[in-house]
Amino acid sequence: MSEVKERAEKSRDKKAAFGTDLELTDFSREGGKWEYDADYGRFAPEERRHLLRAGIELTDVEHAGTFLQADTAVVHCQANQPGVEVLPITEALKRHDWVADHLWRLVAVDADKYTARTELELDNGYFIRALPGVRIEQPVESCLYLRTDRFAQHVHNLVVVEPGAKLHIITGCTAHPRVNSGLHVGVSEFYVRAGGQLTFTMIHNWAEDIHVRPRTGVRVEEGGQFISNYILLRPVKTVQMYPTVTLTGPGAVASLNSIVIAHPGSEIDVGGRVILQAPHTRAEIVARTITTGGASISRGHLVGLEPDIKAHLECRGLILAPTGHIYAVPELEGRVAGVDMSHEAAVGRIAAEEIEYLMARGLDEEEAVSTIVRGFLRVKIEGLPPALEEEIEQAIRETGKGM
Amino acid sequence: MLEIEDLWVSIDGKEVLKGINLVIPQGETHILFGKNGSGKSTLLMAIMGFSRYQVRQGRIRFLGRDITQLPTFERARLGLGLSFQRPPTIRGVKTGDILAACAGGKVSYQALAAAYDFTGFLDREVNYGFSGGEIKRSELLQLLAQDPKMVLLDEPESGVDLENLQVVGEIIGRLLQKDRRHQRRDKSGLIITHTGFIMDYINADTGYILLNGRILCSGNPRDILQDIKKFGYEECIKCRR
Ligand SMILES: Nc1ncnc2c1ncn2[C@@H]1O[C@H](COP(=O)(O)OP(=O)(O)O)[C@@H](O)[C@H]1O
Ligand SMILES: [Mg+2]
Repeated sequence: MSEVKERAEKSRDKKAAFGTDLELTDFSREGGKWEYDADYGRFAPEERRHLLRAGIELTDVEHAGTFLQADTAVVHCQANQPGVEVLPITEALKRHDWVADHLWRLVAVDADKYTARTELELDNGYFIRALPGVRIEQPVESCLYLRTDRFAQHVHNLVVVEPGAKLHIITGCTAHPRVNSGLHVGVSEFYVRAGGQLTFTMIHNWAEDIHVRPRTGVRVEEGGQFISNYILLRPVKTVQMYPTVTLTGPGAVASLNSIVIAHPGSEIDVGGRVILQAPHTRAEIVARTITTGGASISRGHLVGLEPDIKAHLECRGLILAPTGHIYAVPELEGRVAGVDMSHEAAVGRIAAEEIEYLMARGLDEEEAVSTIVRGFLRVKIEGLPPALEEEIEQAIRETGKGM
Repeated sequence: MLEIEDLWVSIDGKEVLKGINLVIPQGETHILFGKNGSGKSTLLMAIMGFSRYQVRQGRIRFLGRDITQLPTFERARLGLGLSFQRPPTIRGVKTGDILAACAGGKVSYQALAAAYDFTGFLDREVNYGFSGGEIKRSELLQLLAQDPKMVLLDEPESGVDLENLQVVGEIIGRLLQKDRRHQRRDKSGLIITHTGFIMDYINADTGYILLNGRILCSGNPRDILQDIKKFGYEECIKCRR
């Protein structure tokens, strides 16, 4: 048995550091046998509408590439432009002998039971690569889809942005409209080579009884740039993730933005960690959390290991229901002199004064609350599909109504 | 236009206004003087209907209608507009968005902003990091966009530097139709001021001194201001008692 397999085997029941511990026997490992779907003809209109809410448009037009996996089956996968590679990870392992060496480097296989099970019982995942110097303007769309109730999906994803290349990935993770329970485990390892740029936008649109455990590690080399946007607007049972970005080369930059709405019954534990390992690196974490009755933990951790780094953490939470709960945990860790690190955290209700100020301008209470919520959630996320912008707007309106 | 009858208001259980009576006819502007803490802002906030300011007794009528129990936004829609002494900061919300809401599509808020050198503020968060003068200009532009029938101004000149003072005065003159002949004015105003500076830009008809939640006297606003300036509030209060 390989050393990796051995470590995985030993950790197959290891509890994760954070989040509710899940009993994996509660889930099924029998995914549907879905066939390849070259023209997306097998998607019902109801499914299409649902996927749109996760930012997924079932079309190859205006996308540099597309990858769509339902349960264990890759149902659509193609690159639409030169300079970009999109493959199932199992294919990529056959195509390039170096791919294997890139797995389990940025995420430890024995981190917990979720990483271990992904190694032991892999259900594929995507491989997306931008070739050296190629600047891909249109996004690559990827979708990890739970199409069978109670299914536990384990995927392993690898993204490589070669030197000087530019890539935007929009990944929508969602379940079939009639699937209400299940588990999604996604291990993701992203390499941004010198001078490369990766924007990774992830939209989660799950259901009331689904558990989600992403495990993400990112390495950004000299002069590289990594932007992560995470959006969670709809109910889910539990999400726990704590992606770690390591800036290994001088001048590397990371920016992690998240928008989370915790609905009644949801338990969200979302963090972000950036390790600034080289001089002149910069990092920013901006987290916005709203609870309409659920529990939300918002973690942020910045680690400065070299002088002349700059890092800022901003974590703001809005409690819109008496039963809502937000726990903000900002951490700064400077290990040398000459680091410039700061954080700003605030959690609270909308001040009545702010609502009434807007009401004095003629807005009714619902409009006033929506206006404030919209402002609160205004974080710069570029290149979102219009359907997703509409989805965010819709979520804001519904949130305002609940007050 | 605005009639206030035996108005008692308390804040967090503390009695602040103790039986205010006031009538402001259409087309007239009245001035409210008084020491800090006497209840001037409380009066304007109660007229606007903010929840902290609890009406214990009395009535507020506007345009012949009893608005004492009306929610704030309905008062605004009826035509009451307030420029705050200290408005809150609203993070994330753009000043331009508020102006747009005030304008309600009836006027171009961009044109208004351009006319008063405010275009650069439209993308900024509401009152966030604004200087005293910028806050007041923002307040008054919101009122211009809203175009209220009755203008309530709470110390519109406080914290405003000399350069901005002129602009503030001009906007208020426009809000209260300074250019029109007296009989042709249909907007009314109630203005709180310490300096009286604003009286150069409008036609003030009546003045009051408010003390400890009661209206002490009324009269020609210029005379009252002169007495306050000459003798101070204390003496002025004694003399007029
Ligand atoms: N939000 C508040 N909470 C508690 N007391 C208040 C509040 N606002 C005003 N007051 C009190 O009410 C009284 C009148 O205040 P205010 O109307 O602001 O006076 P003015 O505007 O004349 O300076 C003061 O004693 C003040 O301390
Ligand atoms: Mg005051």
